[in-house]
Amino acid sequence: MARMPVQFRLNGSDRAVFVEPAETLLGTIRRGLGDFAPKFGCGQGTCGVCTVLVDGEPRLGCLTLSVTCEGRSIETASGLADGPTLHPLQAAFMEHFAAQCGFCTPGMLMAAKALLDRNPNPTRVEVVEAIAGNVCRCTGYEPIINAILAAAQQRGARRA
Amino acid sequence: MLEFRKDLFADERDDNLNVIGKGEQRQDMLGHVTGRTRFFDDHGFDGLLHLKVVRSPHHHARIRSIDVTAAERAPGVKRVIRGQDVPLNKNTLLSLIDFGKDDEPTLAVDKVRYKGEPIVAIIADSEAEALAAVKLVRVSYDPLPTVFDVQEALKPGAVVVNETYPGNYFEYHDKYDHQKLRFGDVEAAFRTADHVLEERYQMSPIEHASTETNGTIAAPETNNRYVVHSCAQGLFFSLGTTAKILALESNRLHFIGGTVGGGFGGKVDSLTEPLAVLGAILTGRPVRYVLGREEEMQFASPRGAERHVIKDGVMRDGRIVARQITSYFDAGAYTRLTSYGVVKCVAHMPGPYTIPNVRGDAYCVFTNRVPATAMRGFGVTGVDFSIEVQMDKLAHLVGIDPMEFRILNAYRDGDMKAHRRVAHNTALIECVQVVAEKVNWPLSETARRASSLSGGGGPRAAIPPTVTDESGRIGRPETRQAPPQLTPGAAPLPAHQPRPAVPVYQPPPAHQPAAALPNYPAQPADAAPLPAPAPPVPNAPAPPQHGAARFSSVFTRRR
Amino acid sequence: MPVNVRIVQGLQEAAGILASDRGAQLLGGGTLLVRDINEGVMTEGTLLRAVDPVLLAMNTGGARVELGAGVTMAMVLASRDLPYLHAAARGIGGPAVRTTATIGGNLFAATPYGDFTTALLALDAVVTLHAGFGGARVMPLVEMLANRARGGVGLVASVGFSRPAGADAFRFVKVARVRPKGVSVLSIAAHLPQNGGRISGARIAYGAMGPTPLRAKAVERVLEGRTLDAATIAAAKSAALEGTQPATDAIASEWYRREVLPVHLGRLLAGETS
Ligand SMILES: Cc1cc2nc3c(=O)[nH]c(=O)nc-3n(C[C@H](O)[C@H](O)[C@H](O)COP(=O)(O)OP(=O)(O)OC[C@H]3O[C@@H](n4cnc5c(N)ncnc54)[C@H](O)[C@@H]3O)c2cc1C
Ligand code: FES
Ligand code: FES
Repeated sequence: MARMPVQFRLNGSDRAVFVEPAETLLGTIRRGLGDFAPKFGCGQGTCGVCTVLVDGEPRLGCLTLSVTCEGRSIETASGLADGPTLHPLQAAFMEHFAAQCGFCTPGMLMAAKALLDRNPNPTRVEVVEAIAGNVCRCTGYEPIINAILAAAQQRGARRA
Repeated sequence: MLEFRKDLFADERDDNLNVIGKGEQRQDMLGHVTGRTRFFDDHGFDGLLHLKVVRSPHHHARIRSIDVTAAERAPGVKRVIRGQDVPLNKNTLLSLIDFGKDDEPTLAVDKVRYKGEPIVAIIADSEAEALAAVKLVRVSYDPLPTVFDVQEALKPGAVVVNETYPGNYFEYHDKYDHQKLRFGDVEAAFRTADHVLEERYQMSPIEHASTETNGTIAAPETNNRYVVHSCAQGLFFSLGTTAKILALESNRLHFIGGTVGGGFGGKVDSLTEPLAVLGAILTGRPVRYVLGREEEMQFASPRGAERHVIKDGVMRDGRIVARQITSYFDAGAYTRLTSYGVVKCVAHMPGPYTIPNVRGDAYCVFTNRVPATAMRGFGVTGVDFSIEVQMDKLAHLVGIDPMEFRILNAYRDGDMKAHRRVAHNTALIECVQVVAEKVNWPLSETARRASSLSGGGGPRAAIPPTVTDESGRIGRPETRQAPPQLTPGAAPLPAHQPRPAVPVYQPPPAHQPAAALPNYPAQPADAAPLPAPAPPVPNAPAPPQHGAARFSSVFTRRR
Repeated sequence: MPVNVRIVQGLQEAAGILASDRGAQLLGGGTLLVRDINEGVMTEGTLLRAVDPVLLAMNTGGARVELGAGVTMAMVLASRDLPYLHAAARGIGGPAVRTTATIGGNLFAATPYGDFTTALLALDAVVTLHAGFGGARVMPLVEMLANRARGGVGLVASVGFSRPAGADAFRFVKVARVRPKGVSVLSIAAHLPQNGGRISGARIAYGAMGPTPLRAKAVERVLEGRTLDAATIAAAKSAALEGTQPATDAIASEWYRREVLPVHLGRLLAGETS
């Protein structure tokens, strides 16, 4: 089968890659472009460890075909930090013990970023809703919810 | 909030423990939040091939023929692996510690024993091509009768699941069809007990469902070695298993792991390592074998089902005088680690309680289910759950508060456990006391003053005259009802002397602390009246002990 | 041959390919199709990606609403004109599913999926279909779903319906055992237009109570011309199960679905939250 060319922006850099026609965005980002931050956990849309942002919207890398991402801007957890400076979400996840094995963390962070970018001051219910598609089997969700709320607060404080 | 109760066992430790209750950053956290932590699948390889397996659609069937010609010719397919390509196509995990017989093939050859058993492996350029070729493998089967219930499987004449163990049970000590525990004389104690309570507890299988599925990437390395990125929880255990199955010197395998995307016991079986390495050997290329979510949920080993039948004899004053447990562990079609879980279960049968007469029979049973494996508190969680539910029922039966009931029966330092280990560092009494305090649960004066450090040992350290038997000889189901024999006990009790009673139960003061303790739930109205208070038992002063010595006993006296 | 993807501009062309190539399927958001590829269920054939702007059109301002089949659940949620559809859209997966899952795909999602379709059924929606190389035609959704059960429907370009009578006239509930997100035990949508205090033209639809989302015609008959009082609700509850054919799956047993449906219907009609 003829491979197809795709170009998109990944964490701020323009990338071009040849993909299998039915290749998933997750496969392209990981095996094609070498960014292993988003994970494979199910390939069914049920776990959220593959969550990335496409034009700022949360998307499941495992259910999105790469050919549909032509010209889009894609963000993964690898691009969260600003150089050596952690994103407030990353710092809050560290502070609040919001990861144990760490496998769900990159997806969880991106789901949280999608929320805070749109809604800098979420309620607890909104945080829960934002990560409703992300499974964590180790930590328990409380530390994660607390970390996201703390990150929002901290960003609010910085803006003020 | 986390709190370090230094008042408990204060003289038992050096006062230099200063981490509990404080925040400490984990060393791997930065990697997790930056997405830099590398799990087994997070390694790039040029020319990576992908492996997928053909699985049995039957729970039990004879394989008549396997035709891989179409799959071999399918686009992208680099290699098809069959059972005969596996150097040692029969293994059992615990053979590494010399426990059990090899009973499980890496790829089934003549028979499948559970639904989902791997039969053929396909290696192709892409996952999609491997999946497409899997559909082209033609296997023809003669379905066989199945058995799914543990007790059915143990009946004479039951369908034989796994020919290595033709009685459908794991063989313990080359002698018995179950693991035994014998301590004292339960039958005699049941006869004198005020109440006897028998209950049955059934646990379902549980899938670990870690977010990362099982998987491995293996690739040829320098010096004729293979590098193996593995999800294994026990990396060197997996290395040993892989080396054995592939008949390789272990120094030709370079295992890299340690970052596990959730295991909970579900990543100790080397489900993917041997085939991935074999694939790398046969193709000379890096090979990736990762289970899909459906495979993980349906066919990767779960915590197996357990059934526990518990019969307890209890006195009106609350002392448990006899316990008999018969346990059935559903191993599924192959042993994996269940045989070992059963041994751990047996050690837990009395629970953290001192019971003078205990009898346990635990079976590791083969059925046509997915083979089971370890999961958090392996071999122990199910029986402990059952025991604690049973404890509540017993407390209710004799009309004693369940917390008091546990303190009354709790083991204390120096007590002899039924599996003939002396109890050390016991702390159940203190745990119950602290819990009671935290939830404002009133305890009697006696219960509040009880201590793990006192009242144990002495006569309670004795091994009583014990009734043993030869029931359940391998291959002879009729011996399951073999007659008992008496084996003399051991010091410090002369064999003929009756075992002294455990401390007498002291009922709590009448419960009326409603004003002070608003959260305390009402006592059940149907509880039997409490026994008349007995005179207080003087608590023997704790013998002076040095803490460090007490804890070091873990390493010196225990094995 | 692994799965191929073809990008086509016009719906007409896509419909033509669908009609002539039995291995071809239209790609909506792909939340179901790509899952099948990942699991090795779909290993060959062609996915058609139609980029016709008609698929993304949203006509929501007037009394008559028209939504392109490619409109996602997130787009529905972002629209201020469609508050009555928000509960149904929000019920579908987590946020990352909703940015991808389309209305068109939901019309074809096998039970127990199809929550959004259930809402559309209660709105008496019609679908604009392209089948083969001919032009478009409009068909009631009920009819399309009946055809779907038999296979071969063609391509859906859009769905249309009249805006519900008032804020309280349209109700939707999804019953799931996992919160906040879980697959449906069942869902119920109710459109209850009133005329002088009496219900006129009620439409009740169920999801996960049959092979496709279905209309509860017996309940609709009970409600017709009556006020929404306790007696009416009791009568509706006793008619609730007529025509249902629920399945047993990993989410719930057939028995459980039958047991709880009348309870949730009663609460929905009474305006209580489930
Ligand atoms: C984690 C998760 C949770 C989910 N939860 C729910 C839920 O709670 N409720 C629910 O209803 N669904 C749920 N779904 C299922 C699914 O996401 C939705 O039903 C969604 O609306 C399907 O749309 P899609 O565009 O992704 O479909 P696709 O996968 O693109 O397509 C599905 C089918 O519809 C066909 N199709 C798509 N568009 C058209 C069209 N315009 N014309 C003709 N045929 C078309 C396709 O050819 C294919 O056969 C869930 C899915 C996931 C992964
Ligand atoms: S891998 Fe994408 S949702 Fe699980
Ligand atoms: S930390 Fe392990 S899955 Fe979330």
